[in-house]
Amino acid sequence: MTSTTSDLLSLFAATCGLMAVLTFMGELLRIRAGDDNPVVLTFMTRLRSWWGMIILFTLALIIGKFGILVLFAFASFAALREFLTLTSKRRADHLSLALAFFVVLPLQYVFVGLDWQGLYTVFIPVYAFLLLPIVSVMRGNSERFLVRVAETQWALMITVFCMSHVPALLTIQIEGYPADRGILLIAFLIMVVQFGDLLDFFFGRRFGKTRIIPEISAKTWEGMAGGVISATIIGGLLAWMTPFSILGAMGMAAIASLVGSFGNMVFAAIKRDRDVKDWSHLIPGQGGFIDQLDSVIFAAPVFYHITTLIWT
Amino acid sequence: MKSIRSFPRRIAAKMVGRTIALLVRFLTAVRANWQGIEPINKQRVYYANHVSNADMPMIWSCLPPNMRRNVRPVAAADYWLKNKVRAFVGPEVFNCVLVDRRPEARETGHNPMKNIIDALDAGSSLIIFPEGNRNMTKDPLLPFKAGLYNMGLARPEIDLIPTWIANVTEIMPKGEVIPLPLICTVTFGEPIHVQDGEDKNTFLERASNALVSLAPKEEKL
Repeated sequence: MTSTTSDLLSLFAATCGLMAVLTFMGELLRIRAGDDNPVVLTFMTRLRSWWGMIILFTLALIIGKFGILVLFAFASFAALREFLTLTSKRRADHLSLALAFFVVLPLQYVFVGLDWQGLYTVFIPVYAFLLLPIVSVMRGNSERFLVRVAETQWALMITVFCMSHVPALLTIQIEGYPADRGILLIAFLIMVVQFGDLLDFFFGRRFGKTRIIPEISAKTWEGMAGGVISATIIGGLLAWMTPFSILGAMGMAAIASLVGSFGNMVFAAIKRDRDVKDWSHLIPGQGGFIDQLDSVIFAAPVFYHITTLIWT
Repeated sequence: MKSIRSFPRRIAAKMVGRTIALLVRFLTAVRANWQGIEPINKQRVYYANHVSNADMPMIWSCLPPNMRRNVRPVAAADYWLKNKVRAFVGPEVFNCVLVDRRPEARETGHNPMKNIIDALDAGSSLIIFPEGNRNMTKDPLLPFKAGLYNMGLARPEIDLIPTWIANVTEIMPKGEVIPLPLICTVTFGEPIHVQDGEDKNTFLERASNALVSLAPKEEKL
């Protein structure tokens, strides 16, 4: 067993331990607050889908690069489907939407898989950005044209381009950081952001008073502070997984968690505008893939680029 | 009728059915929204809006397997008997109740209503599209044909369930080749019945309104 794999397994064991503690806390809350308390119920359903996702994610990490690529390509597909279900479109967009699903999305992950950095960082912002409106305009319907192409492009940027920056972390080469440890860097990003989210929810419910944007989201400053600070501490504890120093890891965790939290509110605004509570119902009791991954989606490109800027 | 089919054919029909249900669910992530009824295996007539050929497989796929086994779509014989593949898929996989819409069939004594009532009396649930044809207009529904009223009148105890299928047109507009994997919803509303002394037009209008009221509120501009 390589050191990366054994690190991965001990990480998995530690996460399971932590989840067990959280589940235990949830059960205590359930006893205190009663079975029907909606806050406790939400907390427990979230924990439950967490267990499933941790197992799936660990499997992908153990398989390695291919597993990660397939997992995130699938997540992108599910997220793109959720997003495009809610965007403006006309029949004239049919071919460009089909291209988005069946050509742009797979190609982006193939380019990431080939370590082709010069291409995967511009493929969607440049080539898809210019090509898809051309395909749409050929069908001759100008009704709400700008809205249609802009929303399609936004969907691709968010659900494919941003999401693909998670597996893209594998392609960064850092001196003194063995290439196969890249999967631990992915685990680091996902863990600090998602634990930040979970603790944001927890602190928000316990101590939350001041809503950040009352018109849009239930997030509070207190919850967010609690979430980001926890993420920072967790980042420091997990610094051994990264090429960063302890302080560096704390800083990266703080940035990722903060960007993720604000990203979550951006998605809340979109949902509110489209009059839906969740992006879909594909994850039982939890909503859609975007609901689950919104903060990771926002954090990934920022994390990726700061890592490349400072550590390579 | 079932017993005269050979055993391998029945197995094949079952497997094709499973495959279709899986494929439909993967492609459209179809979700059932049980707004007015519970997903329990009770005899019902699901009446739905009709915009594409995918409508019937869509409703069929999102029913739980135990309900799916007991449901029979009412479908046009001229469509489902056109070739051998369709004749297998329609009557055997979906277990369709075939009705012949053409006037010349009636002259030879075919009574579509009799097939439908027989199926109800055998205990099956039905899926029907009371508009009769696919709706290609901008209106939410075409005027309903009398069939729904006639079966409600003949078997008044059976629940008639309005069933709205959303988003199918965007997945595969007529004339396109590649389906888009967007998310579809099938919404089941509250049951309605033909009331005592209610005439055909009043009932059909009430049924049509109950169905349209399930449509998602318009619409992403």
